[in-house]
Amino acid sequence: MSKTATHEAVKSGAAHSNGTAGTVKSGFASGFVLDFEKPIVELEHKIAEMRTLAESSGMKNLGVEIDRMQKKAHRMREEVYSQLSRWQKVQLARHPRRPYTLDYIERLFSGFLELHGDRAFGDDHAIVSGIAEMDNLKMLVIGHQKGRGTKENIYRNFGMANPEGYRKSIRLLGLAEKFKLPVVTFVDTPGAYPGLGAEERGQAEAIARSLYEMARLKVPILTIVIGEGGSGGALALSIADRIFMLEYSIYSVISPEGCASILYRDAAQAPQAAESLKLTADDLLELGIIDGIIPEPKGGAHENFDETAQSIKLRLLDTLPELLREPSDQLMEARHRKYERIGYFLEA
Amino acid sequence: MALEWFRRERSVISPEQKKSTTDALWIKCESCSEIVFKQELEKQHLVCPKCSFHFAMEGSAYIAMLADEGSWQETDSTLRSLDPLSFKDSKKYADRVTASIRSTGKNDAITIGSCAVGGFPAVLGVMEFSFMGGSVGSVVGEKIARAVDHAIAADRALILISRSGGMRMQEGMVSLMQMAKTSVKLTQLGEAGLPYISILTNPTTGGTTASFSMLGDVIFAEPGALIGFAGPRVIKQTIGQDLPPGFQRSEFLLEKGFLDRIVHRSDLKPTVVQALRVFMHSKVHA
Repeated sequence: MSKTATHEAVKSGAAHSNGTAGTVKSGFASGFVLDFEKPIVELEHKIAEMRTLAESSGMKNLGVEIDRMQKKAHRMREEVYSQLSRWQKVQLARHPRRPYTLDYIERLFSGFLELHGDRAFGDDHAIVSGIAEMDNLKMLVIGHQKGRGTKENIYRNFGMANPEGYRKSIRLLGLAEKFKLPVVTFVDTPGAYPGLGAEERGQAEAIARSLYEMARLKVPILTIVIGEGGSGGALALSIADRIFMLEYSIYSVISPEGCASILYRDAAQAPQAAESLKLTADDLLELGIIDGIIPEPKGGAHENFDETAQSIKLRLLDTLPELLREPSDQLMEARHRKYERIGYFLEA
Repeated sequence: MALEWFRRERSVISPEQKKSTTDALWIKCESCSEIVFKQELEKQHLVCPKCSFHFAMEGSAYIAMLADEGSWQETDSTLRSLDPLSFKDSKKYADRVTASIRSTGKNDAITIGSCAVGGFPAVLGVMEFSFMGGSVGSVVGEKIARAVDHAIAADRALILISRSGGMRMQEGMVSLMQMAKTSVKLTQLGEAGLPYISILTNPTTGGTTASFSMLGDVIFAEPGALIGFAGPRVIKQTIGQDLPPGFQRSEFLLEKGFLDRIVHRSDLKPTVVQALRVFMHSKVHA
């Protein structure tokens, strides 16, 4: 389903604002390219240059060459992206140019009113939440928010929530239930913040309470893992009737680095740990943990925010009305059965 | 040289004999270094008579301490973990499980069963830290789920004693989902109006704390237990400074409002019974 018009991707990637930190540029222009993206991005860069040259000089005969190079770039992408290792997917999931929750909110909803604060301690900038409208659907939206660039990342605490973030989310779940709104959550966090204040204010209790409240919420919950699903901090926003993952997102009990430093006493073995942890969308669909995969544009979500948002929108429009038709007791019953079934054991 | 007299031949003490040093008559307290008479220590549920340090205690000892005599009936003891990820590091996960079963005599990191506690019907679950650090995977999740089912089916209270390093990495996302599964089950217990008493012992960290351990109607902890979400080492790395003394210990959590009480081991049963007497008043009629 994912489209592969690479030149389109380059153009649109360069043209779209990410909503919060200026313009997202494709490839070298933004200064961040993964190793395995490099040859493709280099080639695309060259194509773009030639196109400019062709346009400005009127050298029509460059067209054939541009076409040839474009086909080559297309083939390279096909080849690289059809055989990504788990570690490469981890890198894509963490790509600094990847769209974040607010990038999607901006593209998915005709109206979004952000609501702040847990009414007890403060407002956590690592989680954004609010009421939103999409066509005729009204809903509550909650998501982890990473920052783009150092300054914004410090403001967002790199998407790592403190207890007040989860408590804000729990407060808003109450609103959803009261006003019969379905809940859509976006998961994108390295994990819950492991800090002094977080422990002092009960990080564990906040996460546990969130799991409990989501388990018994009477309205539909739909989760989309858009980037990094980091352990308990991700789980706290993802007890849901349906869980979807973007094609190159990950979801894991522990970071590959954390796993490697425990098992091999060496965080540099993370690529190997990523293989063992089975943390990709494909893996988790196979394990029966998630309900579906949302395709990304070739090259990843960062190559085309609009197209990715559109795929997410289609999935929401496809799934939410169906969930909303279910009586709430049946909905909860099904949610409970789904989680009760997760486990691999034998009994003598 | 004099020291020569004390040098011993390697072969003189076998590993078995070495292990049996716990059979010695005297034990040195880990906290106050006092030499304590072992029999005395056992009589006091492994609490140092000099400084009240709570030694680690096996699951079976908690069962003996809490369950009324002759009332304990273990259930679901044959559940064993499978290896959903075919996980392998220096050792295969499947082999680690087999080795743990052999060394602990347990099939996984929790024992559950029904019993009476001070005459009140209860389902009791006790975590076994010796089994892969008390880590929570499919079996622990399923047994807690069943413990809830047993409690609901027979109008029993649920009592869980946590001692765990968190989720079991070797089962990947399947283990993370046990946090969800146990939380889902506890909402059902709540709906049934049955009490859940959560008792935290040293150590209780990670996803264990961030799910069923922190969801008790009341939460008790033993004195001095390490209780937290992130481990102290990780926090230290993150903030780049030493942690204040007493950080993440029971006393700290009580002060911050995350525990109902710190309960000395010798008071544990009377305290639990007191709570059950009040919470179960509408459930138990003579």
